[in-house]
Amino acid sequence: MWHLIEQIFPYAIAYTIPLLITALGALYCERSGIVNIGLDGLMIVGAFASGITVFSLQSFFGGGLWTIMIGLVVAMLVGALFSLLHAFASINLKANQVISGTAINMMAGSLTIFLARNITGSGNIRLQTSLSKQSIFILKDIPFIGPLFFRNTYITTWLVLIILAVFTFILYKTSFGLRLRACGEHPHAADAAGINVARMRYMGVIISGAFAGLGGGIYLVTFSGEFNGNVAGFGFLALAALIFGQWKPLGILATTLFFGFASMVSNVSQVIPELAKIPLVFLKVFPYVVTLIALVIFSKSSQAPRASGEPFDHDKR
Amino acid sequence: MNRKGIVSLIAVFLGLIAGAIIMLLTGHNPIEGFIYLVQGGTLTLERIGDTFATSTPLILTGLSVAFAFRTGLFNIGAPGQMLFGGFCATSVGLGLHLPNGLLVPAMIVAGFLGGALFASIPGILKAYFNVHEVVSCIMMNWIGYWIVYYAIKAFFKGNMETESRMLADSATLRAPWLSNLFGGSYINLGLFVAIAAVIVIAFILNKTTFGYALKSVGFNRYAAEYGGISVNKNIILSMMIAGGLAGLAGVVQYAGNANNIQIGIMPSQGFDGIAVSLLGANTPVGALLAALFFGLLYSGRGFMNAMTDVPPEIADTIIASIIYFAATSVLVERFLDKFLKARTRTSSKQSSDHKGDE
Repeated sequence: MWHLIEQIFPYAIAYTIPLLITALGALYCERSGIVNIGLDGLMIVGAFASGITVFSLQSFFGGGLWTIMIGLVVAMLVGALFSLLHAFASINLKANQVISGTAINMMAGSLTIFLARNITGSGNIRLQTSLSKQSIFILKDIPFIGPLFFRNTYITTWLVLIILAVFTFILYKTSFGLRLRACGEHPHAADAAGINVARMRYMGVIISGAFAGLGGGIYLVTFSGEFNGNVAGFGFLALAALIFGQWKPLGILATTLFFGFASMVSNVSQVIPELAKIPLVFLKVFPYVVTLIALVIFSKSSQAPRASGEPFDHDKR
Repeated sequence: MNRKGIVSLIAVFLGLIAGAIIMLLTGHNPIEGFIYLVQGGTLTLERIGDTFATSTPLILTGLSVAFAFRTGLFNIGAPGQMLFGGFCATSVGLGLHLPNGLLVPAMIVAGFLGGALFASIPGILKAYFNVHEVVSCIMMNWIGYWIVYYAIKAFFKGNMETESRMLADSATLRAPWLSNLFGGSYINLGLFVAIAAVIVIAFILNKTTFGYALKSVGFNRYAAEYGGISVNKNIILSMMIAGGLAGLAGVVQYAGNANNIQIGIMPSQGFDGIAVSLLGANTPVGALLAALFFGLLYSGRGFMNAMTDVPPEIADTIIASIIYFAATSVLVERFLDKFLKARTRTSSKQSSDHKGDE
């Protein structure tokens, strides 16, 4: 059993990381007061951007670490750029944020395949290489923890964990974080205190776009290896993680890990006699069902940002 | 034509412009693309029939979203409801041995009930626990996706891993006379199901007290409650009817346009329903017209792809941009306001000048 855990642990982490970074971005977005259900689309755009970048660079530079890193940076930039559509609609035009997010999802799915067909001929982009796994010097030999956390890990895992730590700090310990949260809770009070609500919300959406783009890129280079116009609903799963994690950084860390393990258990359950008795469908719907249950349980004491989803109208007090 | 109609038409126009710009940027000729796109949906009787068939599920999902909108609910769960409704209908079609005249009606009922049952969960959560229906509907979409995925594999596996067994011709909405009328198109009786649904929903919304109650909840739920309307009951019922309509879309798609269910695909018609409803200004007849337009784009794209080298996904991209422009219609309306104001000012000035002459 221990041997098995040791083996599936790295895969569960690999599954968790794109979800985690996407949900963290969405946390900034919703905490600033903008609902973003376009996460899936932003992840698709990121996966496409990194895929195209790696695809075109690998003939010059080979498919090494740096090529992939450039791909991920491009994914962040393109994700941030694409999210401006959502920011403009929901902040400047006070559009319905759910509809705008839906438009982003649909546009990403079709536009990326359209472009991929123009570039590669087929709608798919196949990477020749994926990110290599590494074991960390010395740390990997620590008993128990070593094999779980420090063997066969991706560099992106550590990158995302660092980003999580930094952005948790920013959210709670800096004036920027306080202002951002104020815009999501009570934009009129924030406005009266001299905070530029529109600018804060733009920051929230752009951070969300960049992180979702990065999440899509990581999904591509560590998990799927081939771009085909979707990210298997990871964006929606990240949204579920955000809600189940009650809009808190550590909450989403715990939730995404939980989802990662649930998914890995469902993938290996056929090999383990005890788990093979559970029908697979239960394991697959598990994250969504627990999110629904969490919504019911927390419905009285929800930690959702109070002004999330409401356009800010300066003149309406 | 009313104001909402004009805004919708402008959104369509802007969406087409966006499509043209994307085609230009990728080195295609947009005029040629659009000509073949329209020809692909209308050139022969068969193509016209195919356009109607492609529109059929869109009419129903659009109607589903529009109906929920009128009660102030955003039904983004149409894909899951459509899938589950289609699955229920397929189960009846494959599993029950009913006489020929009864099987198809039983499937239609099963599809409606399946979709309604599936949508009742977000409805109940919204009514009694104040859970936002958008979030619960998104969760339900994926729950439906996986339930149907494994249920098809377990009970109705077909020749391929990714699809169900084929329905017999007697268990589908296909009718040889209709198909022959349109030169062998795959148009089927589903179109009449959809048109009947449009008429029934228009009647419910505009001519019954039930429809009035639903709309009042949508306008102002507190005022409705004060007026003695049971808000919770109406929210659940509205969600269930919307889900039932999406379930019917599943029936016409999986037992009409196709004769089996593909698994592992979230039906895009469910999300397109949002676009259809928005463009149709949330009215049943508007949804019908918008669905026909989107059906034309979808059915013409294959022909366009064959005649030019424009990838077929341009149609989907255009539809997505139309939603975006419909969502941001504030900009258009602001512009329209200025334009109309300017015009009334000049016309009133003219008339006062005229008076001065007398």
